[in-house]
Amino acid sequence: MTARERIAGNVANYVDERTGAAAWMKKNLNKVFPDHWSFLLGEIALYSFVILLLSGTFLTFWFDPSQREVVYEGSYQPLSGLKMSAAYASTLHISFEVRGGLLMRQIHHWAALFFMVAIVVHLLRVYFTGAFRKPREFNWIIGVGLLTLGIVEGFLGYSLPDDLLSGTGIRIAEAIIQAVPVVGTYIAFFAFGGPFPGEAFIPRIFTVHVLLLPGIFLALITVHLMLVWYQKHTQYPGPGRTEKNVVGYPLFPVYMAKAGGFFFIVFGVTTFIAAVASINPIWLYGPYTPGQISAGSQPDWYMGWLDGLVRMAPPLETHAFGHTISWNILIPGLIIPGIMFTGLALYPFIESWITGDKREHHLLDRPRNVPNRTAIGAMALTFTLIALINGGNDIIAQQFHLSINQIMWFSRIGIIVLPPIAFVITKRICISLQRADRELVLHGKETGRLVRLAHGEFVEIHEEISPEKKWLLTSHEQSGALELPEIDKGGVRRPSAIRNKLRSRMSQANAEVAPKVSTQDLKEIEHL
Amino acid sequence: MAHEIEAIQDPGIPAHVHRKADSDPKEAAKAERQVAILFSLSAVGTILFIVSYIAIPQDVFVFVPIMGDTNAHQLFLGLGLALSLFFIGMGAIHWAKTLMPDNEVTVQRHEFKSSDEDRKEFVKTAKDGAAAAGLGRRSLIKRSLGLSLGLVGLSPLLLLRDLGPLPGDSLLKTSWKAGTRLVTDPGDRPIKPEDLEVGAVAQVLPAMLPGQDHRSLSDIGKDAVLLIRLRPEDFNLDAERLSWTHEGIIAFSKICSHMGCAVALYEQQTKHLLCPCHQSTFDVTRAAKVLFGPAARPLPQLALTLDADGYLVAKQPFSEPVGPSFWERSS
Repeated sequence: MTARERIAGNVANYVDERTGAAAWMKKNLNKVFPDHWSFLLGEIALYSFVILLLSGTFLTFWFDPSQREVVYEGSYQPLSGLKMSAAYASTLHISFEVRGGLLMRQIHHWAALFFMVAIVVHLLRVYFTGAFRKPREFNWIIGVGLLTLGIVEGFLGYSLPDDLLSGTGIRIAEAIIQAVPVVGTYIAFFAFGGPFPGEAFIPRIFTVHVLLLPGIFLALITVHLMLVWYQKHTQYPGPGRTEKNVVGYPLFPVYMAKAGGFFFIVFGVTTFIAAVASINPIWLYGPYTPGQISAGSQPDWYMGWLDGLVRMAPPLETHAFGHTISWNILIPGLIIPGIMFTGLALYPFIESWITGDKREHHLLDRPRNVPNRTAIGAMALTFTLIALINGGNDIIAQQFHLSINQIMWFSRIGIIVLPPIAFVITKRICISLQRADRELVLHGKETGRLVRLAHGEFVEIHEEISPEKKWLLTSHEQSGALELPEIDKGGVRRPSAIRNKLRSRMSQANAEVAPKVSTQDLKEIEHL
Repeated sequence: MAHEIEAIQDPGIPAHVHRKADSDPKEAAKAERQVAILFSLSAVGTILFIVSYIAIPQDVFVFVPIMGDTNAHQLFLGLGLALSLFFIGMGAIHWAKTLMPDNEVTVQRHEFKSSDEDRKEFVKTAKDGAAAAGLGRRSLIKRSLGLSLGLVGLSPLLLLRDLGPLPGDSLLKTSWKAGTRLVTDPGDRPIKPEDLEVGAVAQVLPAMLPGQDHRSLSDIGKDAVLLIRLRPEDFNLDAERLSWTHEGIIAFSKICSHMGCAVALYEQQTKHLLCPCHQSTFDVTRAAKVLFGPAARPLPQLALTLDADGYLVAKQPFSEPVGPSFWERSS
């Protein structure tokens, strides 16, 4: 035994005698993780969060979250002598006087953007592959919670510098709060400590941004990861992979090296982009004052869809009995987002209600094999994308020399018409892809080699695909629609016939697929 | 659920393909060198970081194609840090991919459901515990506990009361009174009609009261007014609103009636005001009537007149609340 082994042994013994960790470690160091590039998306989100904690802590050492008015005397000449809030002045100080301060600000802002991108793309991966199905519904809901909190946290973060752009964003948030019927004005006055903008809001959202929300994030992310760990990761279908096993690489050493290395790569790439690409140059915007604004005011991308919805809202207000209800704010600002996020959170339960499927699923779906789900996803994405595009309608109008009114009308009509079209097209594409898979299994792949037969006919040689590929294309399950007759076996009408009818209709739509290759099909081929 | 026998059988996990480095010691040594080089590049990055921190002053700018003039201190600090982080990651992953075992492992999953026995035991324990505590029998305890838990939740809510004052009528009023002078922002100079050319726009605020030396942003957020001068014949107003203008000068609240942004874009040709936030468009000639966009109300108009010295003043306060709508607003 070498000296090093002896020391390591002593340390391990010391810890194990007090915790019994060896048994747990033995089991978990061999934990198997399936490998796929799309499983890295959640990792990017996690690592961006760590980067945010590190860079954010650095920024708090100099940032002064106060709306106290000061006169700027720092090194950035164009703003010299101007009155501004201490928050804005200290952000300028970080940008111009603290060495590496601007870099850290840019790392923090870029990491926040990547964090949100990674969360959304990770969510799309989980959605389109059906990874949210039993037993992972809890984790889906936690994920939707993290997405929602991420949007809020990002908004609060870019509001802190109290520049002209972010102040305008806060103004809009205040208007949304104020539009809530009955209590809106009161909530707004409590949040802002009086009329907008007051001097209380920045210090308050600072506490929420650096303490309250990160704490909740940390707790939710921990539970999210513990559940992934405990329930074991899902895997893509393929030869040798079943609902009952996990095929992959052990945690130690392979996964630790890969995941640990990936953290440094994400950090490195974020830093590189922060070094070469300017973001949120607040010194160009000037300090916030409610009487001024800059043209082309844009929120960060994850708020853009919300802004786009607000922009396209019709000018509706109700004035009655001495009160006002602003539908032009409530519908796009609160009601539609509320429906979107509730629908997102409840989707696993809705789908399992439609399919009647209450079994555990650990093998992922290929999106084409579940046309209805994929089409619903495409529909929701289309809706959100049109809203996002409309959020940049002024910039688009300017860049492409279009009329802003035309873009707005395109969005207003498109957001109603295009999502259903996206649904139909996606569903058709999925079913066509299934047919292509079926062709591939039955008749092999086209080789591009033309052969002339004895009697003069030209044919293309088809080559049989590998057994692995055949298995991949045929191993998915195709369960038909639920049978929910209106009248049950005893001849009695079911109590909630309308609900049953709806469920039955949706279940039928869900079961619409191109039939996969059956034993019968193979026999017919042989006989030809 | 259809559980028919699959037409095509699972061929099982494909045979493992060995890497060059698994069998060839030379290849393994090469891979080891590559990993070492990657880690060393990281060290070079850190050196670049330290050198940049110490040696490059903060006010040096270099020209970089595409990026334009760039602060050299921030750029090289960032590049050094990026390299030092990125290559640690590259090294670790290259190590894992070339030299660490790449045999796929298969382990079995287990159902999460507890065994029926465990479930029964659990139910029994829970029931026994509840019975021992007398949860079912002692309804007096249950009810009083429910009451006190409900009430104790009120305390934190009550404590939040001092977050802010009640709105009162503060959203209904601005600083504009009959006779308040319009002054330029910035500059605080009173304005005579001849100061404004036809087609000109000016942002104005109410003159400060005697003894006041400072405006709060909350006041500016309600008081900001946009002054526009047209030819008097351009207006298309009713008699009352026309009497609120002066020699073609018309004043509107600058705070958007939609969500409170500053309505700052004035298009001279069309005489439209545009809010850059949500593109609500207002027609200046028709008392800021909404032409397009999500705003549901015109911008409130401020009645103008001249005082004894010939300066522009408000004829009366705003006739309606300015800014975005709220529940208590009556029109």
